[in-house]
Amino acid sequence: MNFNLSAITSVVPFLLSGLLFTIEITVVGVIGGIVFGSLLAVARLSSNRLLSAFATAYINLMRSIPLIMVIFWVFFLVPWAIGWLTNGGRPVAVGASLTIYVTFVLFEAAYYAEIVRAGFRSISSGQYAACEALGLSKLHAYVYILFPQAIRNVLPILLTQTIILFQDTSLVYVISATDLLGAATKIAQRDGKLVEMYLTVGVIYFLFCYSASQLVKRLQGRLAYGAR
Amino acid sequence: MISISHVSKSYGAFQVLKDCNADVARGEVVVICGPSGSGKSTLIKTVNGLETIDAGEIKVGDFRLAPGVTHVAALRRSVGMVFQSFELFPHLTVLSNVTIAQTKVLKRPKAVAEEKARSLLARVGLSAHITKYPAQLSGGQQQRVAIARALALDPEVMLFDEPTSALDPEMVNEVLDVMTSLAKQGMTMICVTHEMGFARNVANRVLFMDGGEIVETADAATFFAAPRSERAKSFLARILKH
Amino acid sequence: MSLLFETTPDGVGRYIDWIWSGLAWTLSLALGAWTIALVVGTLVGVARTFPGGIWPRLARIYVETFRNIPLLVQMFFWYFVLPELLPQRLGLAIKQMDPPWGSFVPALICLGLFTAARIAEQVRAGVQALPAGQRAAAYALGFSRGGMYRLILLPQAFRIILPTLTNEFMTIFKNTSVALTIGLVELTATAREINENTFRTFDAYGVVTLVYLVIALIAWQLMYRIERAAQLPSLVRGSARK
Repeated sequence: MNFNLSAITSVVPFLLSGLLFTIEITVVGVIGGIVFGSLLAVARLSSNRLLSAFATAYINLMRSIPLIMVIFWVFFLVPWAIGWLTNGGRPVAVGASLTIYVTFVLFEAAYYAEIVRAGFRSISSGQYAACEALGLSKLHAYVYILFPQAIRNVLPILLTQTIILFQDTSLVYVISATDLLGAATKIAQRDGKLVEMYLTVGVIYFLFCYSASQLVKRLQGRLAYGAR
Repeated sequence: MISISHVSKSYGAFQVLKDCNADVARGEVVVICGPSGSGKSTLIKTVNGLETIDAGEIKVGDFRLAPGVTHVAALRRSVGMVFQSFELFPHLTVLSNVTIAQTKVLKRPKAVAEEKARSLLARVGLSAHITKYPAQLSGGQQQRVAIARALALDPEVMLFDEPTSALDPEMVNEVLDVMTSLAKQGMTMICVTHEMGFARNVANRVLFMDGGEIVETADAATFFAAPRSERAKSFLARILKH
Repeated sequence: MSLLFETTPDGVGRYIDWIWSGLAWTLSLALGAWTIALVVGTLVGVARTFPGGIWPRLARIYVETFRNIPLLVQMFFWYFVLPELLPQRLGLAIKQMDPPWGSFVPALICLGLFTAARIAEQVRAGVQALPAGQRAAAYALGFSRGGMYRLILLPQAFRIILPTLTNEFMTIFKNTSVALTIGLVELTATAREINENTFRTFDAYGVVTLVYLVIALIAWQLMYRIERAAQLPSLVRGSARK
């Protein structure tokens, strides 16, 4: 078996572009996922039966099917959805990146929603009463008092889910997208350097995720409210 | 100022308030006492709408609470509440805890709110701690901040739900002192408490509750010296043994 | 839905047979990997709770390695890279395994060891959540280390971590889909194949999605029953998550 180091160095630029795409998907997925997920969590807790039922159904559905299946679904549906909105019903060709972003926001939101919901449940019920007693409107209470506490209580879990998201992006392989793994695969197939490419990619993922998880552990120590 | 008429409430099959009637005049200090589970906390929470009622009517000034009345935001500006578990907002500083409701609910300008907060915190003896976070304060200090937070909205009535029950004994007095000075300044107060010394010295009237009913009402001196009902007598005997 | 009962292009059967086949592979992979994961995961998790020596360190290396590399990358490692790294004859033997098994076996090992790392962390958390007195009591009674883990610590730890194990059990069914990238025709691959043959995407994807939902439901029910059966009054914490 041959291990050729120069095989790796010559393709670094292409790998980096793949890594960049991986990071882009992660960032969009995290921000979109937390925003949409928080809305879902609040919807689920709402007293409006219809809203609450819809949010619960969405979350449970997304959490029961594999991400690869969701990727296939979104790739099928997005051209139709956009066409239905703009082109009088016929499918419109849409760029792969946009579809990937949509997939990850929709999928990860269900997981972030459960984490945010756990965050709300970790707040003592007296806090809701205190907000009410002070006459804070529901919107103000959630924005200034409840949501900040909920997020703070589950921040480590949120960050861990983000690390999982980062790893999940590798699944865009199934639609031949050029994320980090996709780039490595394309090089491997072109140059026949499977072993070098996959080992390299494994090491890169490991370094990113391991450092991130160590940071999260340290953050967990700092996050206690500093009680006496 | 406050009138509670024929108020009843049930949780499913369990009736927690049975036809309660009481009146509180402006400037009066009323203590509600009684054994655990007698409905005292529930009754006081109906006065600011934190608990709904199934029957009867409550009037606080011009505001009327009845079964089915849902818009209580206006009421909460004139009724302040202090909780047994303090319930300060842990992610805000002491100063922010006292200003947030002023700026968001009363829409006061930030400078005005802060000025008011500082003077109230000075009044309860906590000027040195305004930039600290609740977790850095003792229980007694936290409860005093909670009182300042409620006073910041200039309420006409203050409700206290077992304000000292969660405190270590040596901190109880610092909170009772604040409540006593508040009473002397003429605030209308309703307090659910086990602190019989406070009740005897500061309260105008005592309401004794048991099993969801207001069993006996008397002015403070009379209640402690010569309770009329059997249940009140046995309750006092048990409590005052210490 | 009528799609299911149409004949396939190769004239051999109907599409529903493809679905059964995909389902069979999904279930075999999931349950096989789950078994490996439970055994390996428990051993590794227990090793992480040892006070000193080489085992905790090896266990930590295992866990960190398998948790910080994406499942898909690990799949590629077992399928593409490992045969190249092994001695010539062994590598050749692996590459010559007949098609379904050539994909199934690496997928099984991969998914099993991947999930084991996650279970190891949960087992570790469960054991470490037990009061220190449990170990002291066990040693005082003369238990060996093996006996202590087997009879005292693990039975309690598993009850504590049942909710997270439930989550993991449901996750493993979803993770089987990753094996389609190395040629295993499990459920998701079947959806893709039916779509490519009939272009009735909605039906093809819809049926498979329904199957996954049913699997999730059954898996959840199963774990819920196990959790109820295993409950001890003193250890009742939050019940199965939905």
